[in-house]
Amino acid sequence: MSASARELRDAIIGGQASARSHVEEALAVARGAESGTRPLNIFITLPADDARCDADEIVEHTNDTEPGLLLGVPVAIKDNIATLSMPTTCGSRILDGYISPYEATAITKLRAAGAVLFGKTNMDEFGMGSSTEHSAFGPTRNPNAPDRVPGGSSGGSAAAVAAGIVRIALGSETGGSVRQPAAFCGVVGVKPTYGRVSRFGLVAFASSLDHIGVFGRTVDDAARGLTAISGFDKRDSTSAELRVPTFIDSASESVKGMVIGRPREYFPESLNPRITAACDAALERLREQGAEIRDVSLPHTSLAIPTYYIIAPAEASSNLARFDGVRYGLRMQGDGLRAMYEATRSHGFGAEVTRRILLGTYVLSAGYYDAYYRKAQQVRSLIARDFSKVFASGVDVLLTPTTPSPAFGIGAISDPYEMYLADIFTVTANLAGVPAMSQPIGTVDGLPIGGQLIAAHFEEAKMFRAAFALERALHGVDQ
Amino acid sequence: MSVSIDDVRHIASLARVGVNDEQAAQLTSELNGILQHMDVLSRVNTDGVEEAIGVGARGLPARADHGPPIALERSTDAFAPSIRDGFFLVPRLASHESSGEA
Amino acid sequence: MSATSDWEMVVGLEVHVQLRTRTKAFCSCSAEFGAPPNVNTCPVCLALPGALPVLNAKAVELATRAALALDCTVNPVSVFARKNYFYPDLPKGYQISQFDKPLATGGHIDIGTRSDGASIRIGVTRVHMEEDAGKSVHDRFDRVSAIDLNRSGVPLVEIVSEPDMRSAEQAGAYLRVLKQLLEYTDVSDVSMEEGSLRVDANISIRRRGETALGTKTELKNLNSFSGVERALKVEFARQVAVVSGGGSIQQQTMMWDERAEEVRPSRTKEGSHDYRYFPEPDLPPLVLAVDWIDHVREELPELPVARSQRYADEYQLNEYDREVLTASPHIADYFEAVARPHGDAKNAANWVMGEVLARLKATKETIGTFRVRPADLAQLLDLVRDGVVSHTAGKQIFARMSETGDPPAQIAERDGLLQVGDDAQLIGWLDEVIAEMPDEAARLRAGEKRLTGVLIGAAMRKSGGRADPRKLNQLLNARLGS
Repeated sequence: MSASARELRDAIIGGQASARSHVEEALAVARGAESGTRPLNIFITLPADDARCDADEIVEHTNDTEPGLLLGVPVAIKDNIATLSMPTTCGSRILDGYISPYEATAITKLRAAGAVLFGKTNMDEFGMGSSTEHSAFGPTRNPNAPDRVPGGSSGGSAAAVAAGIVRIALGSETGGSVRQPAAFCGVVGVKPTYGRVSRFGLVAFASSLDHIGVFGRTVDDAARGLTAISGFDKRDSTSAELRVPTFIDSASESVKGMVIGRPREYFPESLNPRITAACDAALERLREQGAEIRDVSLPHTSLAIPTYYIIAPAEASSNLARFDGVRYGLRMQGDGLRAMYEATRSHGFGAEVTRRILLGTYVLSAGYYDAYYRKAQQVRSLIARDFSKVFASGVDVLLTPTTPSPAFGIGAISDPYEMYLADIFTVTANLAGVPAMSQPIGTVDGLPIGGQLIAAHFEEAKMFRAAFALERALHGVDQ
Repeated sequence: MSVSIDDVRHIASLARVGVNDEQAAQLTSELNGILQHMDVLSRVNTDGVEEAIGVGARGLPARADHGPPIALERSTDAFAPSIRDGFFLVPRLASHESSGEA
Repeated sequence: MSATSDWEMVVGLEVHVQLRTRTKAFCSCSAEFGAPPNVNTCPVCLALPGALPVLNAKAVELATRAALALDCTVNPVSVFARKNYFYPDLPKGYQISQFDKPLATGGHIDIGTRSDGASIRIGVTRVHMEEDAGKSVHDRFDRVSAIDLNRSGVPLVEIVSEPDMRSAEQAGAYLRVLKQLLEYTDVSDVSMEEGSLRVDANISIRRRGETALGTKTELKNLNSFSGVERALKVEFARQVAVVSGGGSIQQQTMMWDERAEEVRPSRTKEGSHDYRYFPEPDLPPLVLAVDWIDHVREELPELPVARSQRYADEYQLNEYDREVLTASPHIADYFEAVARPHGDAKNAANWVMGEVLARLKATKETIGTFRVRPADLAQLLDLVRDGVVSHTAGKQIFARMSETGDPPAQIAERDGLLQVGDDAQLIGWLDEVIAEMPDEAARLRAGEKRLTGVLIGAAMRKSGGRADPRKLNQLLNARLGS
């Protein structure tokens, strides 16, 4: 249960365990999580026999000269990443009955690394939400506190790792949907640089902001998972043709001489002082290991949420137009084509998705484009420029809180905009496309909180260097 | 700027989302609640600032003009809600009905 | 009331041209026409969740070639945009197109010459790339429409003209010159029948002498160049009638009904279109190196105007011949492949414009599949010029060649069409004729010159058409001449 992905893999290579036994253990933990009076509701699909079959095939690869980084490691998949053997619902009724006839590049790469696909996890519908309450399949509960949300939108994947079912899970994020639930669930969550991991097969929410990300129990788990799925893909025109470092190698590098920035805009007066204190304690641990801590400023940070909530819904309104009942998924009958469209889409989409589609349609519509969309894309440039300037000034990595609060209660936030503020510290990295991750740095009222590291484009290795160092200092995790 | 209930009906129509009167009223107030937070952007000076298009991209890669296409592991029959003789079927359209009023 | 002649039409054309690529614009599916429904589809052009577009480099090259042939400036950076609307044959719910940063802008086409010698120049506003939609079939099944997405994602360029045309004839001329340029640059099949070239026309009217533009209507469902011209005339007359009657023109889409020869308002309500264009986030801006654009320009084939000028300089052909021969690059190539080895360009031009084009028209063949190879035609022309076969026999041989594809010498030999120039043989036939027609022979000898033709004709018949008529004439003169 406490073993890391590396240990699971080593046990297979050493002959002490098999992929099948790892799957059986994971299935047993999953059964436990879903039993009792308050089942966590982590998986939308968990076909036990498929996972067993996949595990049995791994046997053939255990003697490979270079065993895969994830050999025999069960990996849970957010349900908006296309898989051939399981449905891909995106947490929505509108994809009712749909099983993808092709596979996402990230899934192909996971399998090539020896991973066993272990179920499809619950999520806010199409990634739109910060609590996993907006799923057509019901909310997921936080394994640390079942009356609280796991965060979102990748709440199922975060909970699967936090509950000890799997060591690694794939998530996706558009505004923080990996980092925020990682913080709420007390696990590691990483979002790479835009272009590092192919989006081919990730069902689009907002294409210019969407990323596939990875959850892990440890920094090594997350680094290992990310290494496996990274790399150029000719099927994604926004994918970067760059060499991918083996991120787990960052574990052996010291932070001595690194410059860690503390951006003041992420520590407002109003922030829970215990979160500020936890971040400062983390910074102090890094300083003790030889890093220089520097106060920096990212002046456009406060504009990130309004900017994000124009661009993301705008792109979403277009990306979700394909769910029209014509070629796949749900179709409701209607008298004529328009009626069919409207019945299918109003029945198929939940309230939050509908709200964002309409918001996005509005900001793109005639007469409003310049005031909203064009303006937001300009402000986005300013936000990206803030990061470029700070990194160009010699700062290697930034450290901030991941969220302004620990996990909130299920049903506690009903105002849409208040919910949007849960992403206040995470959306900036999506807008700028820079890599960022969250890792546990303490607790507030017994609930985990996360510290966020942010690096310059394609500098994930530096970010992991700081993350490994912090993990060693805070949790004594042996590398 | 604020959104009227007619605006909501119009954009719902553009987006092909059916909304009844009650939903339209609810959405009007929600969208106005959200949009008031966006007004802050109008006060930002963005003169001469480029829009963020293709962030971080090094140009657009292009592929050679040949196949094979990405394979479908299941045929259209396996996922289409209504299909006959290989065609996807939809409620009848008049032959010159075009996009806007389809 | 005012007369039609008080008004002029103002026309701009939007032409969609399917690019000649093997695969679609944003996926590797075959772009070929005619496959069973939805066979040429994949996750990308079916718009399955999670699929992403990847641009076809050949489509960019062809679009650039077209733009350069129209004298446009090709922009080093252009941006793909999404045009959002719902229609069942548009699987993504948006069309990938280009909007405020198109591939190319600011070109022109010369469509003729004014009385004062200046050329009639039509501006080309822009050339942009986009993808085609699928097809909706309405009459195949009861109560439902059938959607075929084989065409979904096929690459197009849209070529938008300035509102520079002032008559239906000018619009027709613009389309013919445009088609010719696209054929020369090998960008497209440019067939309106197969839908690889589609035309929409914007038309407004104004009083002669006015400079402001009136309210325009858009004409759709135009299925041929002559249909475009007729539709413009009909719509012009309608607009003049409306305005002359005190009414005003509504901005709307009008459908051309070919059979009824009339235009009807489309059922689409205007104002309901709001395409919500925004830059396509799945495709970074298209960046074209200036060197590459220059290279494409240098590689452009010789265009019609240049070719026509060369035909004047090199072959001394008159304007009419040049126009006919350069109308299609394939005919022009064929002509040159005959003229070069044969040497007599005017003769080659006459044969190509006469025999060859007549034959193609009669059999509805294209020059590409025509059986008579140009080298063989040049040989036939040599045989006629050298007197090896008569002109009459030459035409017979040509007819045989176009059926069989056999070389001319072989046909002449096999069918006994070689010309006879042997004196003894010719004198033999003449003697027989003189013996059979003693009366006519005597009158000719007495100076009745017009009988020469009668006797020569009779001798030709005796030879089965093979006798060399010039030589026969000389020999007859020697025999009966004064």
